[in-house]
This record gives sequence, C-alpha cells and structure tokens, in this order.
Amino acid sequence: MKQITVLSGKGGTGKTTITASFAVLAKKAVVADCDVDAPDLHVLLHPEILETQEFKGSKLAVIDEGKCIKCGLCREKCRFKAITQDLTVDPFSCEGCSVCTIVCPVNAITLTERISGHAYISKIKYGFMAHAMLSPGEANSGKLVTLVKQNAKILTEKEKIDLIIIDGPPGIGCPVIASVTGIDAGLVVTEPTMSGIHDLKKALQLLRHFNVKPFVCVNMYDVNTDNTEKILNYCKENGIKVVGRIPFNSKVTEAMVAGKTIIEYSPKSDVAKEIVAMWSQLLAELGLR
Amino acid sequence: MVIAVASGKGGTGKTSVAVNLAISIGNFQLMDCDVEEPNAHLLLYPRISHKEPVYTLIPSLNEELCDHCGKCASFCQYNAIFASSEKVLIFPELCHGCGGCILICPKKAITEGKHRIGTLKRGFAGDSELVYGELEVGEPMAVPLIREVKRHIDKSRNVILDAPPGTSCPVIETVKGSDFCILVTEPTPFGLHDLKITVQVLKDMEIPLGVVVNRTGIGDKKVYEYCKEAKIPILLEIPYHRRIAELYSKGVPFSQEMPEWKEKFIMLFKEARRLAGK
Repeated sequence: MKQITVLSGKGGTGKTTITASFAVLAKKAVVADCDVDAPDLHVLLHPEILETQEFKGSKLAVIDEGKCIKCGLCREKCRFKAITQDLTVDPFSCEGCSVCTIVCPVNAITLTERISGHAYISKIKYGFMAHAMLSPGEANSGKLVTLVKQNAKILTEKEKIDLIIIDGPPGIGCPVIASVTGIDAGLVVTEPTMSGIHDLKKALQLLRHFNVKPFVCVNMYDVNTDNTEKILNYCKENGIKVVGRIPFNSKVTEAMVAGKTIIEYSPKSDVAKEIVAMWSQLLAELGLR
Repeated sequence: MVIAVASGKGGTGKTSVAVNLAISIGNFQLMDCDVEEPNAHLLLYPRISHKEPVYTLIPSLNEELCDHCGKCASFCQYNAIFASSEKVLIFPELCHGCGGCILICPKKAITEGKHRIGTLKRGFAGDSELVYGELEVGEPMAVPLIREVKRHIDKSRNVILDAPPGTSCPVIETVKGSDFCILVTEPTPFGLHDLKITVQVLKDMEIPLGVVVNRTGIGDKKVYEYCKEAKIPILLEIPYHRRIAELYSKGVPFSQEMPEWKEKFIMLFKEARRLAGK
C-alpha cells in the first residue's frame, strides 16, 4: 500500500483541486481529507457517509461552584490564563492540562472530555473517503488527522485498495506533520509568487525532516513566468522533480461551482491534461504502474 | 484598536488585505501571526532590527533524584513523558509547558528547562512596525510562538493581526482579544464553506466581524446570499484583476501601484472602527 500527501505550505495554491482530480484518475483509491479544520474535498467528491465517529480530542476543566472556596490557586497556577478573574473556565484558553485539578485544595475541579469533532468513513464514486470535521475553534487537529489516516488505512485493508491520496492542510505545524508522517511521497503544490516560493521551501524542508520523497507542482505558472523559472531552478539545484506545470484557467473555478473536478467538468482543458500527465508520472514514481 | 484579519480557507488574500490596509492607514503595527508560513515581510520589506529565539518551558529531569514512580507520565495529558521502571523519556515537541509534572513529582526531581520552537523578528518599514514569528521546521506547536508575537502588541497604536488559515487553535490564539475581525473570502464554494465555519468561531468568541470579498467576478453569488441572510456586512470587494495578481506575485502591495485603492482601505478601516464601537 502506498500513501501520497498533497501539501503546500501556503494556502489556496490548489491542493484540493488536484487531490480531487487524482481521486477521479485513480478510479479506485481511498482519499483522506486531512485539512480537518477547513475541509473542502467533499464539495467536489460528494461522499456518502457510511459511518460517523465522535472525536474526543481534548479535555476541559470544570469547576464545581458548590465546592469552590474562591481561593484563586487554580488561576494562579494556570499557565494558559484559562481561569478568569471571577474563577470560571475560559474554554477557548483551557488546554486540558489538569494542573488546576491537582492544586485545588477542595477538589472542586474535574476534567471532562469534550467532543472536539467528528470523523467520517464514506463512499465516493471513485472508491472511499476518510474525512473529518473539527468543531470550530477546537484544538488537537493533529490527533484528528491521525484518526483520519488510521480510518483510511483500515479502508485499504478491508477493500483491498493499494493507494491512499491525502489532502493536507496548509502550514507546517501539527496537523501537517501528522499528514506527512509515514507516507511514501509528498507533492508540494506551489504558485509563482514571492509567498508561494517562500512557503514551498518550508514545505520541502518539512518533507526532508521527515524523510519523505518530495515532488513539486507549479500551479498557475503563467501568472509570473520569471518566478516559475526561479522555482524550476531551485528544484533542479536541489534534485527535486517538478512533475507538473498547470496554467491559470477560469474553468477550474467554474468546475468548483458546478461541484465537479476539472477532470470531469472539462476533460479536454489544458489544466485537465496537465493533471493527467502529472498523475501518471507520480504513479510510475510510486511503482504503481 | 486591534483588528484581526482571518479567513478559514487559505490563499484568499489575508496577508494582502492586512498589508494594504496597514500601509493605507500608516503608522501601524502589523503582527504576522501565521508563524508557520509568515509572508507579510515579503510585501513590506522591513529592516529587521531585532531577532530573538523563542522557547517553551519543558521538564528537565534530575536522574539522581528520580525514583521512577511514573507519576509525571501518568499525569501528563499530552503523552510528553514516558516512564518505565528504568527510564524516563521526555518528548519536548509534545509538551504544552503546563508545569504539572513539576508540581506532581514527589521527589522534586523535575525542574523547568527550555526548548527552542522558533524565532521572533521585529523591524520597521518607514514609521510602521512589523513583528512576526518563524516556527522551526518540525516543531508542531504554533500557539506559544503566536502568544509571544502578541506580547509585543502596543495598544496605543493601530494594530493589525494577520491570522493563519484554518479555524483551530492557532486562529483562536490570534483573534483572541481583538476589537474587530475582518474575514477575507472568495466567491467560490470553498471560500463560502470555510467562511461559514470561521463566522461560527468568531460568534462564539463574541468578536464583531465583517467580510472582504476578494477576487470578485469569479465563482458564484452564494457568498453574498449567505452574508445577507446572516446579516454580515460586506466591507470591501476586490475584483479579480490580472494586474493585482501579478503585483502580488512580485511582492508589491497593489495599493502602492494603484493609489485609488488607498482611499478604499481607509474607508474599510473607518467602517471596522465604527462597527467595533471604537
């Protein structure tokens, strides 16, 4: 079984558009949407949910007002400023560390589990999908990403599928790290802007850090061909394969509005052709063709 | 007045709006809280005058005092300590720095140590200041670094916070305590879906908000229908314009080259101030 993650560093470079197209081209794959705090893959792939799981990712301190003697020790010892002046818990600041429960002299504080989101196992036209939705404002997205990846793995075993395509979140922090650990290849989607280049380098550093084989795709390459040239040179100097150069095309947005991937919406477009070529190259690299 | 610029979906134009807003009003303090991928400096070109390492507090174990009771490991909610009868292992990347293990250790074998997670940078571009953090590659936790960036807020000035994408803890940490939040979206199904989630977060946090629609002309009208129904003011619309995209790609804030936009960003600021009741 092989796993490939589509990531980017910078947001909005086209990760989801490309991941969804890969899902269509793969015909039978498990797709995992690991952008759990702003998932969008379902907009294009229309999953039919087979199973829903509650995700208890973090804990929250609860003060029993009947027992509380207002000594304020909890407030003093909390490193996250999560206990307000009138000694109530601010759920947006509490990290569930439980320090307050051990310093409280009258045992008035307990930790409760909070449901921080849901994970889903679904069927799509082109195979299966593991996805999730973190409750707005919740912490621990990394743990939920790990759960989504586990669900995807279980699906591959059950359905005898040999490929997981992962849509990663933007950035380089905890949910991204969770999305790239243990995978076979990472495709970094970038754009020819100053921030695109800056964030591409960070994403490649991250893949190197976790020993993942990197590939690069320059999306909307014709917006600034000088910058595209810089990206190609940078990749060449560092021995990184550029597997795709996708032009800007307003059909990509039209397809999104129609709830379709560009492969389904406009199979003859320059964008679709480039994605098809990129996919067969990646399959060959993964040893799947 | 502290204004946060956030979005849910990445790449909608948060940094572009934050920087153009900042240079239009002048004499500002811009805090780039997207410590995983800070980009504001690529549009502002500040002269960095100050750099400092940022640490989180982690446990440091005195092996001689430790009797391997394992209380620290069972207390830690983040699995940052592993204890067996012979060995105690500490995983700094997992530690949230709550200090609980120090309090719980009966032998006082644990003291506070330091773990570097990133760098804080400060610099000036003209009369305006940029403060930002850079998370080290491989470090999962952005929140403590965002907290450190925000510690440098000077409330006597107009402060703009550039938030990371998403709706989870780094975003919460950024927008917390803001007087107003500008949500940047694009008129597409992805933009709308992520906007709705972010509005929910901000409503829960009781932060007043307004929307900037970027790249108008592409996509559909559903963002407008949603804003109307949810009674969310649309503060500014920025059309999809090849010139704006090209300027951004070169690292030029478009209001610098298209000065008619300065006035629009000043109006945006005034409207935000009015809606925040400031």
